[in-house]
Amino acid sequence: MPSSLYHFEGRYACLADIAAVVREKSAEAGLQGDSINAVESAVDEACSNIIEHAYKGEDKGEIVLEVELISEGIKIRITDQGDAFKPEKIPSPDISAPLSRRKPSGLGLYMMRKCMDEVSFEFSPGCNTLTLVKYRDSGC
Amino acid sequence: MEVHITNYKRCDVLSIIGRVDSGTAPQFQDETQKLTQSGKYKLVFDLSKVEYLSSAGLRILIVTQKECKRYNRGEVLLAEVPPKIYSSLDLAGFTALFRFFPSVVDAVAAF
Repeated sequence: MPSSLYHFEGRYACLADIAAVVREKSAEAGLQGDSINAVESAVDEACSNIIEHAYKGEDKGEIVLEVELISEGIKIRITDQGDAFKPEKIPSPDISAPLSRRKPSGLGLYMMRKCMDEVSFEFSPGCNTLTLVKYRDSGC
Repeated sequence: MEVHITNYKRCDVLSIIGRVDSGTAPQFQDETQKLTQSGKYKLVFDLSKVEYLSSAGLRILIVTQKECKRYNRGEVLLAEVPPKIYSSLDLAGFTALFRFFPSVVDAVAAF
């Protein structure tokens, strides 16, 4: 299956452009409403995390999206050259906790995992790759 | 993203328009903080024109709700929430933490 490559500056103003590309390609892959929203959300959270945590600020590096239309849906590889992190060290939020005990952080990675069918990280020196897969009509 | 604020006698309505993501969330936070810091804790968020709400926006909702509900001095009510945005709130487990209203008028009347 052919893949398309997109380069974006690592700045928050690019998030809307990234979302537009992701929505267009998801529709091209045959995904429907809720699934397209889910992919948009996962990619937005991933790219926001790259700017905030990997690059520790805007304009420190680029974000590369490789979008592949696969027979079951869509596969998106997101690459950056920022700092690596340990996903297993990020605690999942307790979404059933009452308001008083609800923590405002930790939702990004959680939402990414809930929205996609496959989420995998690969860290090598100078290059971090996140691979997201969404199957057609799998919901969010 | 734009935030329009309408002041009523009993509460304040914030109409949020556009995308609330990591880039625009600080502006949303500034507007809500200005209100709570001036002693306004009865707020209605009109979400009818929100196109996208990221975890950065969700954080502001939870922080503002905590601030408003402290000492039982107020509350954030959510009005006209589009299905796409409701799905994000549901996914994050927020639907139990807010009251939802079909219209801004209904939400204002609840105070």
